Amino acid sequence: MTHLRYEILRTLRNPAFAGIVLALPLVLFYAIASAERHKTFDGTSFPLYFMTAMAAYGAMYAAMAPGARFARDRATGWLRQMRITPLRTRTEFTATVAGAYLLALPALVLLFLAGASLGVRLGATQWLEMAGLLLVGLAPLVVIGFVLGYLLSSDAVAPAFAGVVVLLALLGGAFGFQLATSGPVFDVMKGLPSHWLVQAGKTALGGGGWPAEAWIVVAVWTVVLIPVAALAYRRSAIRA
Amino acid sequence: MSLEVGDFRYCTAWAAACDPRFVTAASDAVAGIVLSRLAKSYGTVHAVRGVDLVIAPGETVALLGPNGAGKTTTIEMMLGLTRPDRGTVSIFGVPPAAARQAGWFGAMLQTGSPLDHLRVREIVTLMASYYPHPLPVAEVLRLTGADQFAGQWTTRLSGGQVQRVRFAAAIVGDPDLLLLDEPTAGLDVEGRRDFWQAMRAMTEHGKTVLFATHYLEEADAYADRIVLLARGQIVADGPATEIKAQVGSRTIRATLPEAAVAALGALPGVRSAERHGDAVVLTCTDADAALPALLAAFPAVRDIEVAGGSLEEAFLELTADETTGPGDAPGAMGVTG
Repeated sequence: MTHLRYEILRTLRNPAFAGIVLALPLVLFYAIASAERHKTFDGTSFPLYFMTAMAAYGAMYAAMAPGARFARDRATGWLRQMRITPLRTRTEFTATVAGAYLLALPALVLLFLAGASLGVRLGATQWLEMAGLLLVGLAPLVVIGFVLGYLLSSDAVAPAFAGVVVLLALLGGAFGFQLATSGPVFDVMKGLPSHWLVQAGKTALGGGGWPAEAWIVVAVWTVVLIPVAALAYRRSAIRA
Repeated sequence: MSLEVGDFRYCTAWAAACDPRFVTAASDAVAGIVLSRLAKSYGTVHAVRGVDLVIAPGETVALLGPNGAGKTTTIEMMLGLTRPDRGTVSIFGVPPAAARQAGWFGAMLQTGSPLDHLRVREIVTLMASYYPHPLPVAEVLRLTGADQFAGQWTTRLSGGQVQRVRFAAAIVGDPDLLLLDEPTAGLDVEGRRDFWQAMRAMTEHGKTVLFATHYLEEADAYADRIVLLARGQIVADGPATEIKAQVGSRTIRATLPEAAVAALGALPGVRSAERHGDAVVLTCTDADAALPALLAAFPAVRDIEVAGGSLEEAFLELTADETTGPGDAPGAMGVTG
């Protein structure tokens, strides 16, 4: 528990880190949606439509950031000092996951509040369902953050992190438009966790929840990536 | 179970290397630290080349050697941070990973600046939380002198302060085995004294300690036993006084045009003699005996200098696969005593 407490404390004490992670999607949302607040798109109001997209983007960004921060902690060398203690890998994992969600949750709430400020009105169940599915859909992205943080050097992790987030967001439709709605590109997109993160917002609006396909994609990514992350973790811990 | 710790101290590398049964008997009898045929290469660099070492519980051992001797690699293999190419490590009868999980390890590594966005007290508390039976944080801070800056951010510490934080992190878990990789690097004279004072207080109650150093004085002052490592191999192993006599050889230089080298070499306490023009250089096993003998035998001797031999010289002699004149690198390794 002490480890979790200090993990959270370290996040909160790094206002630039938390601030940028939380503010970036918010700024994007206001910059684009406020001008178009009275338009409709695909049958829904543009702010609502864009809010779901930006919520997915913001949550994704926030959820991956703590994993990526590992690269820096690794570079300082103190992680080696921790690896000679009885600290369990699971404890370290859990704390980082908690840290990731701790950032993702306010990111969502802020986006929802921003949406509400531009006239988005939804029922309580819709808000909750959307938030719930978004949080579930984040799981594989949190693990992607781990893998990046464990595999890459601290120099490489920043551009790699930014690139992966933008790529996943773009292909997933988190920037408010879909690259394709059918064909092979769309098939690839449907296999991405970010796609279903964006859809989490949209399907919740219709009250439909996720199709089975979404649960499968999210589960497969998570289950496949966890051993990859564990492997990367061991690799980073021990000099072969 | 009849082996005593004392018996054991002298039955080290050679015994273990010659008789594998000894290793088994040792680990069964007292379950100390046993390194067996340990080897590690990085590419073409053979960092550690077959190290056999047995350390009894409660022993304080200095791993003495110049830079690049393989001290850090050996320690990291003991901790399970580096995987050996060959050989095994047994810590109180179990592999390093199990020892780590049991909370037996405390270590000061050479690298690793403390995590940022934490204060000194917090990072020590964090490290304490990982161990099953940690010492009180306040006590550890006081013992290491880190209480002077316990409220300071970890990113705003001087080199000496960081070293104290590392020390606190190493001992806060009350580990049974302390592995210290050049623990006093970057500390001033006062810092060194404080460090060893704290170490003594800490290890009064039978902790096993292995520390790497390239200071003979430090090894001599604080270790029961010195293990000399050169180019990845143990070249000498024994009680501190013995090793000190072996590597702490002194050289006498003097101007003495007429004397025969053979006669100089035959003086008591002199191991070898060389001539460089008018100057002679005597490498001594016992300079205290050699100097009066030299003065008595050759009253004409002038410009006498007595200097501590360098560790590096001693290593070269002990490893004997390179030759060098005894006067090549005097006093370079901080050997003064």
